[in-house]
Amino acid sequence: MKILVCISSVPDTTSKINFTENDSKFDKNGIQFVINPYDEFGLTKAVMLKEQLQANVTVLTVGDSTVEPVMRKALAIGADNAIRINLNPNDSYSTAKEISNYIKDNPFELIIAGKESSDYNGGAVPGIIADTLNIPLVNACNGLNSEGDSATVMREIDGGIETLKIKYPFILGGQKGLVEESELRIPNMRGIMTARSKPLEVIEATENNNLTESILFEKPALKGECKIISSDNVGELVNELHNVAKVI
Amino acid sequence: MSILVYAESWDGKFRKSTLEAVSYAKKTASVYKTDVKAISFGKIEESELSLLAEYGVNKIISYPEILKNDGKSVASSIEKESEGVEMVIFSNTFNAKMIAPRISSKLNAGIITNVISYIEDSSNVCVKKQSFSSKAIETVRLKSKIGVLAISPNAFEIKNDSVDFEVEIKNKELESDVEIIGKDINKGKISLSEAEVVVSAGRGLKAAENWGMIEELAEILGAATACSKPVSDIGWRPHSEHVGQTGKAIAPNLYIAIGISGAIQHLAGVNSSKVMVAINTDAEAPFFKSADYGIVGDAFEVVPKLIEEFKKIKNN
Repeated sequence: MKILVCISSVPDTTSKINFTENDSKFDKNGIQFVINPYDEFGLTKAVMLKEQLQANVTVLTVGDSTVEPVMRKALAIGADNAIRINLNPNDSYSTAKEISNYIKDNPFELIIAGKESSDYNGGAVPGIIADTLNIPLVNACNGLNSEGDSATVMREIDGGIETLKIKYPFILGGQKGLVEESELRIPNMRGIMTARSKPLEVIEATENNNLTESILFEKPALKGECKIISSDNVGELVNELHNVAKVI
Repeated sequence: MSILVYAESWDGKFRKSTLEAVSYAKKTASVYKTDVKAISFGKIEESELSLLAEYGVNKIISYPEILKNDGKSVASSIEKESEGVEMVIFSNTFNAKMIAPRISSKLNAGIITNVISYIEDSSNVCVKKQSFSSKAIETVRLKSKIGVLAISPNAFEIKNDSVDFEVEIKNKELESDVEIIGKDINKGKISLSEAEVVVSAGRGLKAAENWGMIEELAEILGAATACSKPVSDIGWRPHSEHVGQTGKAIAPNLYIAIGISGAIQHLAGVNSSKVMVAINTDAEAPFFKSADYGIVGDAFEVVPKLIEEFKKIKNN
């Protein structure tokens, strides 16, 4: 089985976010980049499937050369080879179309992405790939069991979980539950050493057709002072919420 | 020319998020000086369908035989109804996240999700969206002729605007490409993303069996329950309740955080709440810097008192 894991390089979750060029661009200065947390669940699942089924795992990122350390980390965790599409990903549509074009020429049975990236939070890439390649999509996927030419998968829906039976090829947008937090892999020394010699191929973008553009970033308005209420006077909090803030 | 809105239903009924999307579509239509078409899937009574007309929908297209979970058929049907459509509006639910990107692909339309502002100018479409897990607000400009927008729940008002309407019932033509073999729905539970009040707890609760008082408080307030990341990682609560940067982002009117210190990742997912209350034993907990109201105290003493006080208000 051939598995493609699409990963995004994002700021570490503890990062403070700042902007540059008149607040029109994200300021990468001093930021530690990591594998998008949602993609990391998918990558770990792919490595587990590789061990179970002798699958081959390719990781793919759309980005400039600054994303390569994150790709090397994915190789150290256990992916076999890496593809970088040389394009700054500025829009879900163009990113997804570039990935789709690659897959059209290089088919995979299972395509794994995160349900969204933790930076721009678009959440649209897996669905656009599904439509372009005319394959099923399992979004917000939180469980997968591979069974020959098909898989039983679980996805989160509003208010519950749905179980599906689905034939390969398909694409999933992963999240926690696909593997547990405790199952995530940390690269070991051997993994890091072998990752250096694994192939990382750079290919050029084909269309680069952006349909949206970011023009301005702002920070949410700061909250006012916190009103501290004594734990002996809980009734005052209830009164405030009911009569002042009027939220209950 | 028209604005198309995806009118999502649950067991044949529309919900608050549906009406928010419909009202948003109506407002957008007034900017474009055009009308609103709604499209819905699954069996819905005519009386429920006609409810949409009270919020400004001129034409309602219903596909009773197509399940909304069948993303491919839903997307193909929306594509068929898209002639002359300039904007397709969704509420940003799990179901919509599966369908909206397919519409973007089919119509070569730019897609913007987590939208929190109205379109003001039809010749230069710019909207604000939540970005960087709610650590930033991003203004995005649409470059394509057609757009797909998914609006954040709890961000827009529902507005009555009664109009004349017609209903058109359509038949299924496509086969599904997935087989749904099981469904586990939390019946009667309030949807976390739509909830107006959310009661959330963290490691300060010390053990899974201590959630009884959290659930009781939530029930009195008609609230949804949520939790911090460590709590879902340990398995005290299901992953679906995890709010924060790598969980759900929510925007209720009232968020009550009990025994949650308020790490930057947690705050990212909840700081769109209108009012936040923090209850924590540690007076230095970072949550007190972001909350509107704070109580420094032990959850096991404060929460039972809160339950009694809220009961008094609810009984009046």
